[in-house]
Amino acid sequence: MSETTFESSAGRFDRFRAVFAGYPAAVAGLIGIVLFSLIALFAPVLAPQDPFDQSRLDIMDGLLPPMSTLMDGTLSVLGTDAVGRDILSAVMYGMRTSLFVALVSVGAGVAVGVVLGLVAVMRGGWIDAVIMRTADLTLSFPGVLLALLLLVVFGSGADKVILALAIGIWAQNARLVRAVGLSEMKKDYIAAARLAGIGQLRIMFHFLLPNAISPVLVIVPMAISGAIVAEATLSFLGVGVPITEPSLGLLISNGNDYLLSGRWWISVAPGLVLVMMVLSINVVADRLRDHANPYLQART
Amino acid sequence: MAEADHGHRCGRTDETMTNFILRRLGQSIILLLIMSVLVFAGMYVISDPVAVMAGEDATEADRQALARSFGLDQPLPIQYLTFLGKIVQGDFGTSFVYGRPVLALIFERLPATLEVVFLAILVGLAVGIPLGIYSGLNRKKAPTKVISFGTTVGYSIPNFWQALLFILVFAVWLRVLPASGRGPTTEIFGVGWSVFNAEGLRYVILPAANLAVALICMQTRLARSGTQEVMYQDYMMFARAKGIARSRLIGRHLLRNILIPIVTITGLELGTLIAFSTVTETVFSWPGIGKLLLDSIYRSDRPVVVAYMILATLMFVLINLVADIIYAILDPRIRYS
Repeated sequence: MSETTFESSAGRFDRFRAVFAGYPAAVAGLIGIVLFSLIALFAPVLAPQDPFDQSRLDIMDGLLPPMSTLMDGTLSVLGTDAVGRDILSAVMYGMRTSLFVALVSVGAGVAVGVVLGLVAVMRGGWIDAVIMRTADLTLSFPGVLLALLLLVVFGSGADKVILALAIGIWAQNARLVRAVGLSEMKKDYIAAARLAGIGQLRIMFHFLLPNAISPVLVIVPMAISGAIVAEATLSFLGVGVPITEPSLGLLISNGNDYLLSGRWWISVAPGLVLVMMVLSINVVADRLRDHANPYLQART
Repeated sequence: MAEADHGHRCGRTDETMTNFILRRLGQSIILLLIMSVLVFAGMYVISDPVAVMAGEDATEADRQALARSFGLDQPLPIQYLTFLGKIVQGDFGTSFVYGRPVLALIFERLPATLEVVFLAILVGLAVGIPLGIYSGLNRKKAPTKVISFGTTVGYSIPNFWQALLFILVFAVWLRVLPASGRGPTTEIFGVGWSVFNAEGLRYVILPAANLAVALICMQTRLARSGTQEVMYQDYMMFARAKGIARSRLIGRHLLRNILIPIVTITGLELGTLIAFSTVTETVFSWPGIGKLLLDSIYRSDRPVVVAYMILATLMFVLINLVADIIYAILDPRIRYS
């Protein structure tokens, strides 16, 4: 973005602060995002137990309610599941999987969408038509259903979930970038760059990209929370990540079997963390959207 | 809709409209053909249905006989054409699991899905519109802030987890509503309905509420922004200046004007709702088409999954087509040449 923004990093920080100042919910959301990211990052250090180490699990610890003490003396704040796994530890590790899958799929989807959107703008003609009709095709399906049907074909696994989610994400970004890019193409700086004999690729990435990217950046947080929910839903339905690297959705699904017998903690704890994570991202996303659209801001 | 930015303008003649509809229809048919190839290719990759049906201890002769009886021994292009030809005639094959025609199976389950979906839409409209109008009229009041935060929370709670909470609270702790299944139905016009059955109604409450939460949030937001928009229009100012009673102003002038976008967007969301009912139906064991899809995925019941994919595509293509045509009628700029 260095081509278009000439501010110092301090200027950028001030601008960032101005977006969130006076919006306590959005600030709380930001704090939540930082907190959850840190917990996910340092789960192996923070978690009281390694939930994947089979040798450390004791079947005698199975289905203990919250605040129980395990056989080896550690306190289980959120209780245990059927195989004696500490829910708190499992949730910390589950956040890693959930966040990882969501971030990678959104990253891949946005990257592919932005590049294809730019290519559609630069090339036009049948290339544009093919890209945009393909985008229409993917967008005509609701995200979770598309991913579900794709996973039926691909089979389950974290890599396949990422692929299926990215396929749902690229189209929206391609559309956005194309819409903004088309209006940018009419501006003088592009004509000047062309006259100066600058190559297509350089125009695309150095001139068009920085000026067409901001609407995409505004929807990225919403895409991430959407991907977290989609992954959780798919894993809950049993077509998502494998049992060996349980995400929050899979942990909730495990607890589902014990819900009717009143053992609520197995499903409720990972679900609450999931909601808090998604909510943190959504309030920040709402703030960014309102900030980017002053008309809405004035009205609400 | 994406065509709008081409900016070509046509005259407001019937001929361009017919052309536009024909072109969009053509695009839709091509889209459906592409999807049919993708679905067919995709399903062929998944699993070998002969192996699934024959089981472990089948002999080679058994397998071949089985493959022949389902036409699975033919070359792929022939299988595809046969598949396409049958679909056009409304024949989606026979379920491997139920041993019955797939289309009959789906239509049998459809009323259960539609019942929950429409009940959810009604609840969503009945709760969302008043909340939205209130928030739009009283922007600074405390309940508005609560409603606004509520919609954000409602959007952030994953559908499936919310369903589990409903079961936990209403079926396990309070024991007032059943956790799963459909319960008894009352037959009207040859179709069983839960809503017309006192006992059946208890079964439909939780699944419908589960789907309704997201709708309430959506319709609250739509009604709120609509109210804010409409209240500042000249005709509303005029009506107010004329001294029309507040109840009449809201009940008649406001409601009538915000209802159109709300109903349109809700209609467009119908497909998404039917898709989302997959999750709801699975959690509540509600015997609709969503549960049928997941059961069929788990059991590798290929014809059912293929039929669901094709019908879902058809539904989404139709919804988009109708929406585009309506927009084109309303906005002549969209009819590009």
